[in-house]
Amino acid sequence: MEKFLLKYFTLIRVIIAIAIGIVISIFLIYLISEEPGFSLKSFLLGPFLSRSRLAHVFETASPIIFCGLAIAVAFQAKQFNVGAEGSLYLGAALGTAFGVSTNMPAFIHIPLVLLMAGLAGAMWSFIPAILKARWQASELVSSLMLNYVAYFIGLYLINFHFRDKEAGFLVSYQLPESAWLAQFIPGTRIHYGIILALVFALLVYYFLYHTTTGYEIRITGFNERFARFGGISVFKVIILCQVILGFLAALGGMTEVMGIHRRFVWQNLGQPGYGWDGVIVAIIGRNHPLLIIPASFFLAYLRVGGRVLNLMSDVPAEMITVIQSIIILLITAEAFLSKWKYRITVRQAERGSTA
Amino acid sequence: METILEAKNILKVYGNGVIANRGVSVGVEKNTIHAIVGENGAGKTTLMKIIFGIEHAQGGEIFFRGEKVNVRSPHDAIQMGIGMVHQHLMLAPDLSVAENMVLGNEPRRVRFFLDTDKAVEITRRVSEEYGLPVPPDKKIKDLPIGVRQRVEILKALFRNAELLILDEPTSVLTPQETEILFKTLKNLKEQGKTIIFISHKLKEVKQIADRVTIMRDARVIDTREASELTEHDIAHLMVGRDISFERLPQPIQLGEPVLLVRDLSYVNDEGILVLNKISFDVRSGEILGLAGVVGNGQTELIRILAGLLDPSEGEISLNGERLVGLSPRKIRELGLCHIPEDRMEDGVAEEATLEENFILDRYFKRGFSKGIRLQWKEISKHSRELIEKFNILAQSTKTPVSSLSGGNIQKVVVARELSSDPELIIAAHPTRGIDVGSEEMVHRLLREARDRGKAVFLASADLDEILKLSTRVIVMYNGEVVAHFQDMSKVAAEDLGPYMLGVQREEAVSGKVSA
Amino acid sequence: MSPLLRSILSIEFGFAVFRVMTPLLFAAIGVSISNLAGTINISMEGTMLVSAFVGVLVSAFTESLVLALLAGVAAGVAMGAALSYFHLRLKADIILAAIALNLFATGITVFLLFLASGDKGSSSSLKSFVFPDLNIPLIKSIPVLGAIISGHNVMTYGAILAIVVFYIITFKTPLGLRIRAVGQNPNAAESVGINVNRTRMWALMLSGFFGAFGGLYLSMGYVSWFARDMTAGRGWIAIAAATLGGYMPLGTFLASLLFGAVNALAIYFASLQIPSELIALIPYLATVIALTIYSAQALKTRTRRVEEAKRVGKITEVTDVTEFKESS
Repeated sequence: MEKFLLKYFTLIRVIIAIAIGIVISIFLIYLISEEPGFSLKSFLLGPFLSRSRLAHVFETASPIIFCGLAIAVAFQAKQFNVGAEGSLYLGAALGTAFGVSTNMPAFIHIPLVLLMAGLAGAMWSFIPAILKARWQASELVSSLMLNYVAYFIGLYLINFHFRDKEAGFLVSYQLPESAWLAQFIPGTRIHYGIILALVFALLVYYFLYHTTTGYEIRITGFNERFARFGGISVFKVIILCQVILGFLAALGGMTEVMGIHRRFVWQNLGQPGYGWDGVIVAIIGRNHPLLIIPASFFLAYLRVGGRVLNLMSDVPAEMITVIQSIIILLITAEAFLSKWKYRITVRQAERGSTA
Repeated sequence: METILEAKNILKVYGNGVIANRGVSVGVEKNTIHAIVGENGAGKTTLMKIIFGIEHAQGGEIFFRGEKVNVRSPHDAIQMGIGMVHQHLMLAPDLSVAENMVLGNEPRRVRFFLDTDKAVEITRRVSEEYGLPVPPDKKIKDLPIGVRQRVEILKALFRNAELLILDEPTSVLTPQETEILFKTLKNLKEQGKTIIFISHKLKEVKQIADRVTIMRDARVIDTREASELTEHDIAHLMVGRDISFERLPQPIQLGEPVLLVRDLSYVNDEGILVLNKISFDVRSGEILGLAGVVGNGQTELIRILAGLLDPSEGEISLNGERLVGLSPRKIRELGLCHIPEDRMEDGVAEEATLEENFILDRYFKRGFSKGIRLQWKEISKHSRELIEKFNILAQSTKTPVSSLSGGNIQKVVVARELSSDPELIIAAHPTRGIDVGSEEMVHRLLREARDRGKAVFLASADLDEILKLSTRVIVMYNGEVVAHFQDMSKVAAEDLGPYMLGVQREEAVSGKVSA
Repeated sequence: MSPLLRSILSIEFGFAVFRVMTPLLFAAIGVSISNLAGTINISMEGTMLVSAFVGVLVSAFTESLVLALLAGVAAGVAMGAALSYFHLRLKADIILAAIALNLFATGITVFLLFLASGDKGSSSSLKSFVFPDLNIPLIKSIPVLGAIISGHNVMTYGAILAIVVFYIITFKTPLGLRIRAVGQNPNAAESVGINVNRTRMWALMLSGFFGAFGGLYLSMGYVSWFARDMTAGRGWIAIAAATLGGYMPLGTFLASLLFGAVNALAIYFASLQIPSELIALIPYLATVIALTIYSAQALKTRTRRVEEAKRVGKITEVTDVTEFKESS
């Protein structure tokens, strides 16, 4: 039993962190709500209790998976680029601009629009990458600032050049149907984006763990000096992993536009916010593409649960944000439970079993 | 003569099983300059660390001023009146001299405020009292090293150190600064202080020490008056061996020079000339040993050969190809492999698996990847072969390297490097800190490589290793080649010692065997 | 003179610069002081948000400006303490922990806002107080300069004062000395008996302290309510300003002034028929450009110093010309 605990220690730590988070949320609900039992049920079970809500979990998970993958690739090389939000926004904006301005059969249009968005996102993330590789400028600060710049440029683009004046709100022209991602489950808005997300998760997994370039990225993250010692071009790694980040994040945004809104609708700063969700699931999933999938679903589940909670009871959805942050803090705290692990390791050593 | 410090029977074993001090007993008399000499790994730094409270001994006692003491931390040591000037100066570079002086003992004005004037005044006072002029307002980073060291000494004196320990103080000084330091130390002695200093430069030891303790292999060999010993005596005691004639049999496949180094020079970031026109050859089928105390330029030399550092001047060629300016990968392609000095920093990525570590230099080659795809099956198979062949104790090839012991980690490094079928093997301190069994294996592997016609360049501070394995030996001191031994059959440790310690040097020497 | 130039050189612009600079300056001081100790604090965004909220809440419920101030500051310090706990005690990566704390702040503020006022967007339903503006008697009569300097919110003057306090703490107190020592060479500090972690903890808490004022100004001076995410990236710009200023008091002040000016400028550009979105991005873009120039410079200086050392005869010959000695 104890050997098992040691082997999967990290995973268990994550699960315990999540459990603590849930416990705290239960506690908060009991503290605040007039009808705690009902609130709790809404929160924890809400997402499962209706078809549309369950669908919502899938819909929400899709872009989050993309952003989680994006961040994970950069974080694996220890590049703290948080520009997924900016690449997502600008990529989707440019992709939409391209989509509404062109007309071609769907089987070309869809991949092309996605490609345009992806390239735009990739080029955007190239900026913090080159600044870091060439001049050692902090990619954290520059990508952060560029998120804002991307928001304003994208917004300008849409509102001044692609605005649908006939629609009631400030939104872009509608994408032609040839650029729509079909919603393939009737009664829900689940679109092919989720399939793409899962496919890309597999692709990124394969890339990171089964290709030479992925190896270079991971080794650089493990020990940069070691990477250089072996002749790996760290310059190339720094740039490549961030460019990939931009590409994936943009896909996350574009698939959402093509699958659900069919227009560019994000007007407010902070919308849609999947970029930061990507950071969260990358942390929870320890930057592993396959773990990011359940982490994203978990986050989506929390989101939807929070929305149900918000809707049906007197507890605000922001409680979810608080819980998420606590979970992350516990996960990143390396020393969390480490004393416990140490004690088990010592006991094992004493028993003579090889560690 | 009163004994101010006495260490009795000190035993210190490090976590990895290495015994650093074994039955060490030393007595230091008050008002003397007492030198502690020994090769790398002899145990002298450990002993000082124990006295200063940085490390704790498992056995033995320490007496200071006649009383038994338990030094639990540097704080305790400072309180007792022991001060230490470390080899890597413990100063904050962007703070002024005065600020560094009073750090931790700041003079205050109205409890909350720093009395900067008082700090300057204190600095002036201490500086005058001991005759060590320092500019109180200048920042440390703007001062030459000699002055910085003076600040460190003053720091200790300000904290009322009666006993001052200096660890290799002249290793960072120019000859002129060294003279000034010695005058200073003699002055301090006259003022009643006692000084212990660790050094491997015997000329200096003779110049300044009253008494000398020679350590070897974690033991004290002897403590004598400096006047009774010549430098050669000291050198002999330091490296003297029971005449072990363990040598490799003659090389089988001696060939032409594979590596040619000509007039290699290197100036480091601080502007110090670390390598001064080094020249040598390494032939195929031989092991060229590089003997020398750590810190005489070997580290930089090796990094330059591997392409990790750019030289200031000079030429390097491997099998006729110029190496200077090439990337590390290209250099490896040309047939060089490198067992690095610092295995944890450069040799492995400890969180990565054994497999991932094994393929660092070959993941892109045929057999391990097809185009961009890594062939993990082949990689695992190859890794298992390496584990078996090199006798690496690990649960599986997919465990992280961090779970291995030091010796096994080194075996991982050696396995990877040697299995790359190189023309030239550069081995830097390849058996440092590993168990005897692993050490045996590494030696055997180097010998086998040699016999297969490979060229081996072995840098080591372990004289036994050098003597046992080398076909030829060059000795480095202060960034230069100071000796070249071509016939190792009659060379013993005592012969190398004086060159390593700066006591002797050959004129116009290089390690070349060709033009 | 073009209308743009006229508006830049106007009194209103000068006044606006100081107004806009205030929260940035407080936050930048917070970032600087923690960086001096070697702990990078990127949770300013969250710290300001929390303090902004707590100030409004407490002032509404206690009807006391003083209590609101104290509570807001306490909240900021608590954020710094939390970061220090998770990073120094529980060994969390300081960047990731700060990101988590920022997230926490966005959630908890709206969460509690809703509980307190039933509104999630802003606290306008709560009657919260505002820090007063100060008209300085003699100064305000000075032509031109007077109108620029006098009449600001007391917090703006507080920000200027904060720079002085920052300077004093850093250079005139033992704590400041230790913070700097710990940031430059933790081993050196350790060797004289200083508790490195404890010093860093103080630095982070001071960081929260200063950042708190920035947040309080936002919700109780700049405007008089709390709105979700009202920090709008100022915490991030503060990081850039602090970096640009070399984490030193004067540098931080000038850099914050610069960013304040660019921000204020953005408002004036609006009069020029340029779309507001493109104006709004200027400060952020300027930050990236400034950061790049700064980093490139730092890199060049490092390489130049090495080249120089090799040239200008600072090369120290270590060669020890020893005479060949026979055994005596």
